[in-house]
Amino acid sequence: MTAPNHRWRQFKNGLMQTVMLVCAVLAILPLVLVFYYLVDKGFSSLNWAFFTKLPAGPGETGGGMANAIVGTFVLLMLAPLVGVPVGVLGGVFLSEYGGRRLNWWIRFSADILNGVPSIVWGVVVYGLLVVALPAPFRGTVQSVDVAKHLVTVQSRTGARREFAVDAETRLNLNGKIPLASLRPGTGVLIWYHNHQATRVADSISAPGLWSSVVAAIIQWHNAISGFSALAGGLALGLMMIPLVMRTTEEVLQLVPHGYREAALALGIAQWRTTVQIVMRTALKGIVTGILLALARVAGETAPLLFTALGNRLWAHLTQPTAAIPLQVYIYAISPYDDWHRQAWAGALVLLLLVLVINIGVRFLTRDRLRGKV
Amino acid sequence: MALAIFVLVLLIGYELLHGSRLSLHQFGWRFLITRDWDVLNEKLGALTFIYGTLVTSAIALLIAVPISVGTAIYLTEVAPLRLRQPLVMFVELLAAIPSVVLGLWGLFVLVPFMRDHVDPSLEKLLGFLPLFKGPIYGIGFLSAGVILAIMIVPIITSVSREILRSVPGLQREAAYALGATRWEVTRIAVLSYAKKGLFGAVILGLGRALGETMAATMVIGNIPNISASLFAPGYTMASVLANEFTEAVSGLYLSALFEVGLALLGVTLVVNAFAQLLLKTFAGPTIKPQH
Repeated sequence: MTAPNHRWRQFKNGLMQTVMLVCAVLAILPLVLVFYYLVDKGFSSLNWAFFTKLPAGPGETGGGMANAIVGTFVLLMLAPLVGVPVGVLGGVFLSEYGGRRLNWWIRFSADILNGVPSIVWGVVVYGLLVVALPAPFRGTVQSVDVAKHLVTVQSRTGARREFAVDAETRLNLNGKIPLASLRPGTGVLIWYHNHQATRVADSISAPGLWSSVVAAIIQWHNAISGFSALAGGLALGLMMIPLVMRTTEEVLQLVPHGYREAALALGIAQWRTTVQIVMRTALKGIVTGILLALARVAGETAPLLFTALGNRLWAHLTQPTAAIPLQVYIYAISPYDDWHRQAWAGALVLLLLVLVINIGVRFLTRDRLRGKV
Repeated sequence: MALAIFVLVLLIGYELLHGSRLSLHQFGWRFLITRDWDVLNEKLGALTFIYGTLVTSAIALLIAVPISVGTAIYLTEVAPLRLRQPLVMFVELLAAIPSVVLGLWGLFVLVPFMRDHVDPSLEKLLGFLPLFKGPIYGIGFLSAGVILAIMIVPIITSVSREILRSVPGLQREAAYALGATRWEVTRIAVLSYAKKGLFGAVILGLGRALGETMAATMVIGNIPNISASLFAPGYTMASVLANEFTEAVSGLYLSALFEVGLALLGVTLVVNAFAQLLLKTFAGPTIKPQH
């Protein structure tokens, strides 16, 4: 016997299934549209000059993105230097070592770091590697100009420097002392930034090993700081760490437990078991995870805005560096039609780069790890 | 090396706190509820950006949640088996589109479309609400919300799909055995079981929408503005960072931007932690990490 509301239930069933189908179509639709417009508007702008020439000036036509393309590849070489060792070893630790509670917290933190907005990574690396640190300068005070807030200091090697000390600058670690109380002949340690003293200490001990190490590190840091490919690579590399760590752990977990037990039963040390048995078995998966993380950061713009900054010319590692996503952004918001045209072309190249890595990886690992990474 | 994760967390917190200390000292917590963004007179507050971020994320969720959950249900419960794998791949490809590419598309395709078609019809239909009143520029909260929706559909869909797949088959079979139609099985046996996990997926999507930078920056208009109209241009926390960070000359201005970053980080950390806890308590470690 058929229930009285049978047809209504059938109708509702059909209706809801159609609604779900419409949802799926709506979800896929933007993909199709984006692809269509990219190919339509970008493909015609791809030519030899695009890959070989430097950008043209504002309002001029022609030119290309050669430096941005190279810049992106440079960044993609630098990022794994940071992301891969930390990420892979961290993943190994999560999978093979560590206690349950500790690992829960590490996993939790890594998952949360994955959700940190990419622009925040840019801000962090800006503070870390773009801004120069205050450097120390030791010496004896030669003269103090209270009116102009200037202090002249001579170091033991005879170098003479003039520093601006504003009223806010703390003298001593204990508090503010008027500049006038600083007497010529006093030995001081001045921390400065662009000739501006950030802190002046006048009761100092002789320079020890520790302080010279600090001074050397600061000097080295300031030599490479600034907007640069290094900073951009570091930002992308930091973003890779939690990604690589979690996928590495995932694939190591797929290695059958028996392998580990068999190796240990043969008397092989645990570290050798981990490296030669477990990691070797999962090598393909680990590489896949790394490549996917690379594909993910390759398209990132936000973390590069104030680290790599962008450049219209070729650049060294310590100079501001162009990258395809940055160039697409700069061109897109510019008022010039020819730059818009190139933005489409750049976007197409960028998307192809990301998709080639993505699809290639999936193709490589389709048999063993499907759906796992 | 795994402990590097904790170092990273501390590093982010330290850098942002250190960078924003001037601003924290000068404005304190009032920064978050101050509407002014007067760079010349150094009267700075983040309220307009917080408003923009919240409004665009809310629009994004309103659009993306039904579509993503619907797609996830279609993929796990309805679609023919042969279609499922390709469809999943399409969703993953959508997730792989760089946000600057989506922003470019949004700026030159979506914005004109919104301006000429969607916004006018919304105004005609729902113009009695203050939300859909006012001059139409194309760029603005609504367009940014739509772009963000497109960006978070893949993540909500794929996490939801994982959740639905982890619902035990017995659960479904029991409902079928009682004579339920496929939709009834989905509603009674699957959705009610997976409620908490799906909620986690949505919150994860929210976290993504809050922090998304490039695509929103390119279509929201970048004008500090609080207005009821969704057609009006606005500004988000992430986009003010993207636009003004390298232009900030004075220490206080830069420091205020650091504080915007700090606030953004705080919000996304809380939202993400909440989402992860929901997902972890739903299914333990069987849910794979999401990128």
